[in-house]
Amino acid sequence: MKKLLSVVLTVLALAQPLLCRAEIATPEAMVKDVTNDVLEVVKKDKDIQNGNQKRTQQLIETKVLPHFNFSHMTSFAMGRDWRLANAEQQKILTEEFKNLLVRTYSNAFTNYKSQTVTVKPSRVQPADTDATVRTLISQASGQPVSIDYSLEKTPTGWKVYDVIVAGSSLVTVYRQKFHEQVQSGGVDGLVKYLQEGTAASVAKK
Amino acid sequence: MTLSLSVPTRRLALVLALAAGLGGCASRGDPRDPLEGFNRGVYSFNEGLDKVLLKPVAQSYDAIAPTPVRAAVGNFFENINDVLVCINDLLQGKLNDAGSDFGRVALNSTFGILGLFDVATAWGLEKHEEDFGQTFGRWGIGDGPYLVLPLFGPRTVRDAVGLAATTSLYPLSHVYPVDVRNSLTGTRFISDRADLLPVDKAIEEASLGDKYSYIREAYLQRRRNLIYDGRPPRLPEDDGDPAPVVR
Repeated sequence: MKKLLSVVLTVLALAQPLLCRAEIATPEAMVKDVTNDVLEVVKKDKDIQNGNQKRTQQLIETKVLPHFNFSHMTSFAMGRDWRLANAEQQKILTEEFKNLLVRTYSNAFTNYKSQTVTVKPSRVQPADTDATVRTLISQASGQPVSIDYSLEKTPTGWKVYDVIVAGSSLVTVYRQKFHEQVQSGGVDGLVKYLQEGTAASVAKK
Repeated sequence: MTLSLSVPTRRLALVLALAAGLGGCASRGDPRDPLEGFNRGVYSFNEGLDKVLLKPVAQSYDAIAPTPVRAAVGNFFENINDVLVCINDLLQGKLNDAGSDFGRVALNSTFGILGLFDVATAWGLEKHEEDFGQTFGRWGIGDGPYLVLPLFGPRTVRDAVGLAATTSLYPLSHVYPVDVRNSLTGTRFISDRADLLPVDKAIEEASLGDKYSYIREAYLQRRRNLIYDGRPPRLPEDDGDPAPVVR
């Protein structure tokens, strides 16, 4: 039954571009689908459970990243300093910030073995262009952790622009630090700071 | 209520007094953290202690104790803490939550066998997160300077006062003989630390080499979020005015 269901879902997913684009999934349904998809893979994949970073990043790239708006995340992280960056710098910053978040995320992933996710009902009106979806991650032991997603409506569906873990944003947590970097070294200083972070992380492995 | 402060409370008061005394000498950095020099010192001390003692013990605990045991230990302490949650619900005028949290303690202490099992959550009584620091915040008292306490870690001055209140009222603080109390407290620390083991690496990666300020920011955001019960007023998207950096 479950198998049949997943076949049907896959077919529907593949056919989606063909169907007239009348229906965009609600943010709640989107978060639910993506979370369940990812947990399903993690639960089966021994490599990911054993901390295979490459596999984890692959999973994130295919399943999660398409639903994130990284340039919005980067501008949100930088606050008004974002406007100091030219188009080219904004592109590099976005790429680097994306790398940082993916690294952070993939390190949190290896511990997803025995977790269940509850997506709380959200009241999103059809006219809304901004929404918050609240989820609760329950573990076999330890207190449940809340993960809230802020999403915006775009022509290609709802996109996440903030992730709030246990009440703290993975994005705006950087605002002060990034501001200090811009103040002392300009936008290029911030670019360099992020690039060095990536390099240091690569060197560790 | 008698005002005989327990030993940890007195120690905490001393740290607070010390910290307040140091307040005058800071001049650069984050305005929310005027005691940064002092705080970083305590932070390094905590990190060192964690590295040589707390983390290895928590790791062994994590490896030895089967998951149901770890869950039961965590539930036991959380059930006791729910008594304080309930008190803080009342202090904040959240009568529905107070009723629900009282129900949690009643159910978990009886059907949950002294709190070892969290049956209340399964029966639909969701756990709330309240403490005296949040209550003070709710009453309009500001954060005060950021403060890193030995052993307890990040707080603000307001939350440290809250912690003192919590510690003096926490039922386990009144357990005698003292060595039983100490081993209970130790177990609680280790259980809490073990719960955090999975995020160690992610924080390491996220903090870009400055774990101190990453944790500070995350802590302050989290507290703000908790005080507003998960719905804090939004940060303005664009003029998120990062506090000016004074150099």
